[in-house]
Amino acid sequence: MGLLKVPGLSGYEKPVRLLIEDAWRPLVDCLSISKLGSLHGYKAGNGNLPRPSILISTHMDAIGLLVTGLTGGYIRFTKIGQVDPRSLPGQGVTIHGRKSVPGVIVMPPARLLPPGYGEKPVEIQYLLIDTGLPHETLENTIRVGDLISFSQQPLQLTDDIIAGHSLDNRASVAALTLCLEELHSHSPVWDVWAVASTQEEEGGVGAYTSGFQLKPDLAIAIDVTFAHSPGTPDTGTFPLGGGVTIGWGASIHPGLTAAFRDLADRLEIPYKLEIIPHRSGTDADGLQMTAEGIPCMLISIPIRYMHTPVEMVNMRDIHRAGRLLAEFIIQLTPNFMEQLVWKD
Amino acid sequence: MRNSAPQLNNEIIGLVESLTNASGISGGEGEVRSIVVSQIKSHVDNHHVDALGNVLALRKGEGKDALRVMLSAHMDEVGGMILDIDQDGFHYFDVIGKVDKRQLIGKSVLVGTDHLPGVIGCKPIHLTKPHEMRQPVEINDLRIDLSPEGSGKAHPGDRISFSTRFTRNGAVMLAKALDDRLGVAILIDLVKHAPENIELLAAFTVQEEIGLRGARVAAYALNPQLAIALDATNANEMPAWDDSENIYYNSKIGHGPVIYVADGATICDPRLVRHAITIAERLGIPYQLRQPGTGGTDAGAIHKSRSGIPSLTISIPIRNIHTPISITHIDDFGNTIWLVKEMLASLDRSLLTSERA
Repeated sequence: MGLLKVPGLSGYEKPVRLLIEDAWRPLVDCLSISKLGSLHGYKAGNGNLPRPSILISTHMDAIGLLVTGLTGGYIRFTKIGQVDPRSLPGQGVTIHGRKSVPGVIVMPPARLLPPGYGEKPVEIQYLLIDTGLPHETLENTIRVGDLISFSQQPLQLTDDIIAGHSLDNRASVAALTLCLEELHSHSPVWDVWAVASTQEEEGGVGAYTSGFQLKPDLAIAIDVTFAHSPGTPDTGTFPLGGGVTIGWGASIHPGLTAAFRDLADRLEIPYKLEIIPHRSGTDADGLQMTAEGIPCMLISIPIRYMHTPVEMVNMRDIHRAGRLLAEFIIQLTPNFMEQLVWKD
Repeated sequence: MRNSAPQLNNEIIGLVESLTNASGISGGEGEVRSIVVSQIKSHVDNHHVDALGNVLALRKGEGKDALRVMLSAHMDEVGGMILDIDQDGFHYFDVIGKVDKRQLIGKSVLVGTDHLPGVIGCKPIHLTKPHEMRQPVEINDLRIDLSPEGSGKAHPGDRISFSTRFTRNGAVMLAKALDDRLGVAILIDLVKHAPENIELLAAFTVQEEIGLRGARVAAYALNPQLAIALDATNANEMPAWDDSENIYYNSKIGHGPVIYVADGATICDPRLVRHAITIAERLGIPYQLRQPGTGGTDAGAIHKSRSGIPSLTISIPIRNIHTPISITHIDDFGNTIWLVKEMLASLDRSLLTSERA
């Protein structure tokens, strides 16, 4: 739950990175930070050198907001990542100025908006943040470019179900951490690079730069996908708590999809096949095209209400993702890459 | 202007915190009522809970013919109610009181007397078409989600409140239901420290947000000689979209208690308006006059009771009324307590026989 309380907006991931460092430090041989702020955890394999390596990437950044200006005691703002402005009015936020300031997003009444608004949703450029502080205090505390995160506190709905902001992609950070915990009592043959990547919500920049630096033989992205919720289509969405999804599509190596399905079947870990006709919109897209190309896999955890402050996940799916990843790494043989061929 | 505000002790701020964290949707004010009764019972000569759930209390004054003054503050807040459960386990709901449907998406809520945690989500933006984003989501298309395991625990008729927790940032307080738990806190304080010259008839009312219903029967039962409603009113101060001046702000936070001349439900008794202004100016208490307009308070029901009751409303200005998070300035709260106490202490029977205007 601690992961859901800290901010980590794209490009400014330090608060969440510090928490992940603490969680990973006892589980890996060394930690390092990339030029763009991604966290690399290295765990040496026990195979003969030169050993193959696998990279598992989970982005740690989150969507959020940025200050664009101050006006009459209120704050104007824009977004980082994809945010539906209809989810913003009435939302509690923290503005990270010279001090952290609590505020709330307010929707001006129609008569203070351009003509024709009526009861229509208000676009982000006309929404304001109210802190209750006088304009002079705001000018001394907050300036253009300051970050704004959602202050929604995590909710425990039942033993297994939690809701909160940034489950995209903190759910996957938790899964990768569980994977590292499971690997701790094993000695995989392969080297493992655990990567908490940056700026996924702004184009996946962190992942492919880390991929280039670490040059793994295989890469797995772990991210969230859409769980069934009111108004979602029947296809391309998955039951909450119904297991992880194993990706299939152009950005995924078909041999890896087959290997993961076999493994999940053998371990009786529930999963659904996620059909991804185009690009996946995850770290996998960039990792696949890194340097001379890397065979990629995408494992996803279904969450409801993605990119709202009340994203919802079933912890069982997080545990399943962690276990599936760990078991995959444990069973990797020195010559796995030779078996990973295109069956045309 | 603000340096004269009385210092408030932690006890009364703590009271605001517990009152705003409690759920009390119109018709289901029980949690607030419990706090009120436990706070006032050792300070009043008698109190009872009436047929609608109002808490009516009497604190006698000195002398036999002390002026009988009713003060009312409503315990209820806006929220919602579970209507039904759909085949996928999500709950239909409706709002209670004036809540803009555009304030609902992405909020966490508490359902029923067990405070079951739930959320109001929406379709992920990735699956939403641009034309859909230009339309508001109707309440009938929103659901309360208590999670697959939690959905069996709620029932149609369960009330829904926002789950906002009280936060303080220096002189700023952020909470849900500041309308009208601030008034409730002030009335509790008045009951504890009532001026001796009046007979205080305290009405902690129900169902204000759905039509001033509790106040109507409370005023009949208490039969006061005059009445003051203590409420919260919107401080709608934001600039217009093009940064032009907003001249219809209603009230402003940090500018003192809001004295009403008229709203949509009441033309306040001009003698009481004058009395409030006179006391404020004599003592240097900051005050402001509410811009006359729509809206109503308990005074709207009280002044029409029996053969008519001279009535006034004094409100604390709050930002973002009827939303998950309202904001108030602590000095406005303190100055309202100050003004109302001084008004009561200097109330004289002659006010009722003086010329109205």
